[in-house]
Amino acid sequence: MPEPFRVILFIIFAMAFAGLNAAYLVWCERKGAAHIQRRIGPKEVGPYGLLQPIADGIKLMTKQLFLPKGTDPILFMVAPLMVMVPAIMSFCVIPFSETFVAREINLGLLLIFAFASVNVLGLLLGAWGSANKYAVIAAARTVSQNVAYEIPMLITVITMVMVTNTMNLNEIVRSQAGWFFNWHIFRLDISLLMPVSFLIFFVCSLAETNRAPFDMAEAESELIAGVYTEYPGMGFGVFFMGEYANIVIGAALAVVLFLGGWQSPIPFNPGGFLGVFWGLFWFLLKLYTLIFTVIWIRWTYPRTQFYELLNLSWKVLIPISLFNLILTALQIKIFPWL
Amino acid sequence: MSGYFKELIGGTKSLFIGLGITAKYFMEPVVTMQYPHEHVEMPPRFRGHIELIPNEETGEPKCVACGMCQKGCPSGCISLAGEKREGVKGKVVTKYILNFTTCSLCGQCVESCKFGALRFSKDFNLASPRKEDFIFDLIKRLKEKN
Repeated sequence: MPEPFRVILFIIFAMAFAGLNAAYLVWCERKGAAHIQRRIGPKEVGPYGLLQPIADGIKLMTKQLFLPKGTDPILFMVAPLMVMVPAIMSFCVIPFSETFVAREINLGLLLIFAFASVNVLGLLLGAWGSANKYAVIAAARTVSQNVAYEIPMLITVITMVMVTNTMNLNEIVRSQAGWFFNWHIFRLDISLLMPVSFLIFFVCSLAETNRAPFDMAEAESELIAGVYTEYPGMGFGVFFMGEYANIVIGAALAVVLFLGGWQSPIPFNPGGFLGVFWGLFWFLLKLYTLIFTVIWIRWTYPRTQFYELLNLSWKVLIPISLFNLILTALQIKIFPWL
Repeated sequence: MSGYFKELIGGTKSLFIGLGITAKYFMEPVVTMQYPHEHVEMPPRFRGHIELIPNEETGEPKCVACGMCQKGCPSGCISLAGEKREGVKGKVVTKYILNFTTCSLCGQCVESCKFGALRFSKDFNLASPRKEDFIFDLIKRLKEKN
């Protein structure tokens, strides 16, 4: 495929995927929350409330983009984009199926983490730019939270890179071919703590994307709307879309690293026309199962207290992930044939 | 050190138990009522504004316009009139206006009615921005109901 064509296709796909996900994950979130609380959720706009995201979008877009007094206009306007754009960029290296990946980069994993760390910068600048004490408090919390949780997450990722010997996401998926017990989460022969490292990665990705129970960035019951306090209309909307895009990235990464990416649980491919979409189907199935778990967790646990949050990272996740790193290194060294 | 692991394992276990509880709730049927589309059945002793009871055979109000309810009303929100008609025993009510803006739903009218012609309705959905909407013509209401 000619290069410019490929770039345009990728941009259209990434924007559409991020936008649709943001819109319909909100719908899923509200439906999920409702059913967990034994309500129905959105049902008035369209069948099963399916047009609700469009109504919400129109409402946000028709609002005035108001700059409160004392804000830094440039930081205020740029901050939502700094959350949204890196998330969209990260879709560049995610392998949706063996062939359905915009760019197979050798350092795909590194690229995603490089972009993911811009997210917190966007939140910090937005809060600083909006000159609001609640926003600044929330931003300070978010930064220390993100710093704390980036460490166990990266240690876990280093463990996985040690196991797979590559940072190319598609290669990582290829190394999990065959039956489902070849997926990294079930490979106890590589590291005894594999399920635990999946758990650590998952918890850290919740914290990194500022999701409940770690939603210190928003903390609406304590800090109004945290970082988003001063944001009107689509400014808030873009933050929100960025947040959901980040959740998708986090879940996709967990699927690629631990759950076998686009590999089907049994070594079978129908071939032909169906075969093209076979990998995509399994990837999306795993992805949305994880995302549903994220939503499920949000409506199960209350928000953690801030010092408990830091305790969890520094006293539990970091020691265990370091131990896991050493254990994996030993196991690889002692049983090099595995 | 053993306390650390005990807390860790116990805590992780409790998290999964929590997830199990919400999963169970997720599967269970919805308990909320979709209010504007469906209503609760009002209990028998619910006090809405009063209404006239129709005669079961003719459908006309049982009221004979004796005026006891009007006299018994402490807020003076009932005004009624009746006339004598050929072949009908007693008077026939021709006008029965309830000013619901001053009614306190005390039920003195229902108590004082010797003919069993008044009762509380089950209407509760009466919000309106206009005062005139609360002046009820009960005869008209009865006809509309029939």
